[in-house]
Amino acid sequence: MKFGVVVFPGSNCDADAYHAFKDALGQPTTYLWHKDHDLRGVDCVILPGGFSYGDYLRSGAIARFSPLMREVREFAGKGGLVLGICNGFQVLLELNLLPGAMLRNKRLKFLCQYVTIRVENDKTPFTRKGTKGRVLRIPIAHFDGNWYAPLETVKEVEGNGQVVFRYCDSEGRLTEESNINGSLNAVAGLMNKEGNVMGMMPHPERAVESILGSEDGLVVLHSLLENIS
Amino acid sequence: MNTLHDDAVLARHNLTRGEYDLIAKLIGREPNLTELGIFSAMWSEHCSYKSSKVFLKDLPTKAPNVVQGPGENAGIIDIGEGRVIVFKIESHNHPSYIEPFQGAATGVGGILRDIFTMGARPVALMDSLRFGPLDNPKNRSIMEGVVSGISSYGNSIGVPTVGGEVYFDECYSLNPLVNVFCLGLAEKDKIFYAKTEAPGNAILYVGAKTGRDGIHGASMASQEFGEDTEAKRPNVQVGDPFKEKLLVEACLEVMERRIIVGIQDMGAAGLTCSTTEMPAKSGNGVEIDLDLVPQREKGMTPYEILLSESQERMLIAARPDQVAAVKEAFAKWDLDAVEIGKVTDGGRLTCRFHGKIIVDVPVSAVVDLCPAYNRPWKEPEIPARRRSGATIPLPKDSNDILRRLLSSPTIANKEWVYRQYDHMVQTNTALLPGAGAAVLRIRGSKKGLAMTLDGNGRYAALDPRTGGKAAVAEACRNLACVGARPIGVTNCLNFGNPEKPEVMGQFKAAVEGLSQACKAFGIAVTGGNVSFYNETEGIAIDPTPVLGIVGLLEDIDRVVTPGFKASGDTVILLGENTEEFGGSEYLEAVGSISGGAPPEVDLDREIAVQETLLEAISEGLVRSANDPSEGGLAVCAAECAFHSPGKIGFELDFSEDLRPDAILFGESQSRILLTVRPENAARVLEIAAKREVPAKVVGTTGGAALKIRVGGKLLVDLPAAEANRLWMDSIPKYFAATKSPS
Repeated sequence: MKFGVVVFPGSNCDADAYHAFKDALGQPTTYLWHKDHDLRGVDCVILPGGFSYGDYLRSGAIARFSPLMREVREFAGKGGLVLGICNGFQVLLELNLLPGAMLRNKRLKFLCQYVTIRVENDKTPFTRKGTKGRVLRIPIAHFDGNWYAPLETVKEVEGNGQVVFRYCDSEGRLTEESNINGSLNAVAGLMNKEGNVMGMMPHPERAVESILGSEDGLVVLHSLLENIS
Repeated sequence: MNTLHDDAVLARHNLTRGEYDLIAKLIGREPNLTELGIFSAMWSEHCSYKSSKVFLKDLPTKAPNVVQGPGENAGIIDIGEGRVIVFKIESHNHPSYIEPFQGAATGVGGILRDIFTMGARPVALMDSLRFGPLDNPKNRSIMEGVVSGISSYGNSIGVPTVGGEVYFDECYSLNPLVNVFCLGLAEKDKIFYAKTEAPGNAILYVGAKTGRDGIHGASMASQEFGEDTEAKRPNVQVGDPFKEKLLVEACLEVMERRIIVGIQDMGAAGLTCSTTEMPAKSGNGVEIDLDLVPQREKGMTPYEILLSESQERMLIAARPDQVAAVKEAFAKWDLDAVEIGKVTDGGRLTCRFHGKIIVDVPVSAVVDLCPAYNRPWKEPEIPARRRSGATIPLPKDSNDILRRLLSSPTIANKEWVYRQYDHMVQTNTALLPGAGAAVLRIRGSKKGLAMTLDGNGRYAALDPRTGGKAAVAEACRNLACVGARPIGVTNCLNFGNPEKPEVMGQFKAAVEGLSQACKAFGIAVTGGNVSFYNETEGIAIDPTPVLGIVGLLEDIDRVVTPGFKASGDTVILLGENTEEFGGSEYLEAVGSISGGAPPEVDLDREIAVQETLLEAISEGLVRSANDPSEGGLAVCAAECAFHSPGKIGFELDFSEDLRPDAILFGESQSRILLTVRPENAARVLEIAAKREVPAKVVGTTGGAALKIRVGGKLLVDLPAAEANRLWMDSIPKYFAATKSPS
């Protein structure tokens, strides 16, 4: 399975994602330059973390205008797999490929730490190697991860099972404290209705080697690999 | 008689009449105002080290692993397997006091450029921060600004901030210290230097446009502050981490492709510094046209263009046949790359503006001929050893003292700070912040890199020589505690006004102390920074030498962490408890008694203790290690409990004939608290005995309480969870006012 990691100016987890998919997962992986109009025949597009265009206007707000986003939109429209991590999630929201928007974290500080998240839906291309209710330990590193949407949207998203991960405590319980950034319904990962586009604030690519403290991110990577027949 | 500029002009340029006359002599005429500005910046204390040079000569700068010592943008150490590390620490104290957010942010930006300009990809940042006490809202606001500034720049550019230190003391209220360390990795055969190589080469300006910000920042950092400090705010630059991220990628790309001959960042003294230092190193000159310099504002004068400290700019020398490729590479990243001049063979810097030559000076005069001062110094008065402390009454309740120490912001957990920093990006961070040293894995190698920042201003204030020694000893001890051996040193020497003999005496003694310690460890100082004039309204900081020491782990899988690993493990103390209280957090906690002498550092003992630990680690015996520093043994053991899964408690028992408070809270040096499985204790004691290191079993891990007996009496008995809460909540509670907007 071939993975493509998009490089925006200001992406800074592009190399980490590349390393995770290429070396930890052992799959052919390529960088996709934001100014190109070519997805190089990849099976899955990764929008990595970072500060695309400095995130000066609003996280992800400028990246959506990058030339390559035309192809990414088409690819997603045809059912192609797209994973947005952190800033990539923010870009997917700005592209309207996912519903809602991000607010600043509830305590108005950047947060970098390990969090625990619960698999809410294991029937997705991103989680089929996980089990519903399983708790994963994966790091976050963001300022704007407080997901927000109008009430009707939230209802719809919940009704469709689009919430893929929620912040929880180490036992899998949802508490105010464990909802680290204040997201509505503790949303940590969200997919579109069709189930081929997912955004998540935690960084699975940072949790694929035991030397760094956790391998739980492999659940997402291994799940993606199951999609190729 | 030189009369072109009056005393007021010279004073504004921070030059003495004597220096001015020397400039006139060196260039064969009186300088015009622009040239005066050039000399003012390059001969400032910040750029020229004119007061410190004489004493810095004493530092060991050579060792077999040194590829590049002081004098370049950063030091370089060979770590084997064809790789080198490029690292340096620099201060951004003055700007951070005036404008905390931008001051700290541009400190990060500046040190990053020092590293990637040598061809290395920056892989780690650390910060040594010192603020006034947090009960003062002004200090809180400085700290909040500094931490946000570091966070904003480091996070955006994608270099992890993996560690550092934060201290609090009244002396830093008007002079906060912000020392920023960066480390990069490079291949040994791909290092780049600041050189122009040969006449005819092109000079290219790359990166951000030049604006009016930061003019005379270098001179500002070379003066004391008074009441007009607020007015200096325009001297502080504004950072753009996004621009710098593009610059990193573009620069590393042209270096990787070897399509440039030399490169230097424009930091302090901006374009002036790079257009003189680069040709000076190659024995060349440079001719530039200032009209070609990309400018952000209209109507800038040559003076402003040359002295602007606008951020995110670099100067490149390239062969004429390389220029097109360089421009193309920068265009890919949407960056300016403009040919502004060429390398000449005259040894002069010549600047044209609107067709006229307005600067024409020999580069060597600017770069190398600043006078070095042997300023008068006064040997610091050192209080008699072990005097202080003996007179204070024994504490009635040691639990209460321990509670106070754990809540002291200097000792308390710093998560409030480091979780605002992305410390995991680049996915190499093998040991998360919070331990005494940070550890990074090196991809494609079994080895690991450890790094730490250390300094103790209170010790250095009481005895600068011992303070210097202690900083090196403790930094190396922190490295040993994770299983690393020191390989190289960078230092940031923060002092008051060097024109005062007392301050110069402190400086001289501190440098001697740290020099002696580095020699004992066999490690070289490869660069760093001297920050003088840390005085506001006549009040100077404690002399604060901060050491950045990098270590190497032969086997990253053997990394040791401070947290206890299991109940029932045996706790061993290497080293010896003594009755030394001077400069301790304990004295501060019981009533701010200053004075006395700081704990003595016996370097032979120190090295023997560390070698004992390293040998035990290499045999796979050690499950956790931590060194007693601020707050002594009780705090050290408590930290091991707090870092353990489930907050494993301990029971320790001491029976020495010493004051119990010295055992619990004294800060005697050269001690390490480690744990092993019970069956391995004998082997560790054997290794220690072989090296003539005092070592003994002092207790076991387990239970839910922190318990310490001295002479049979249970003096410390605190629930681990309660103690942990005090330690965790201390700093956040000062900032609790920041509430959710919802």
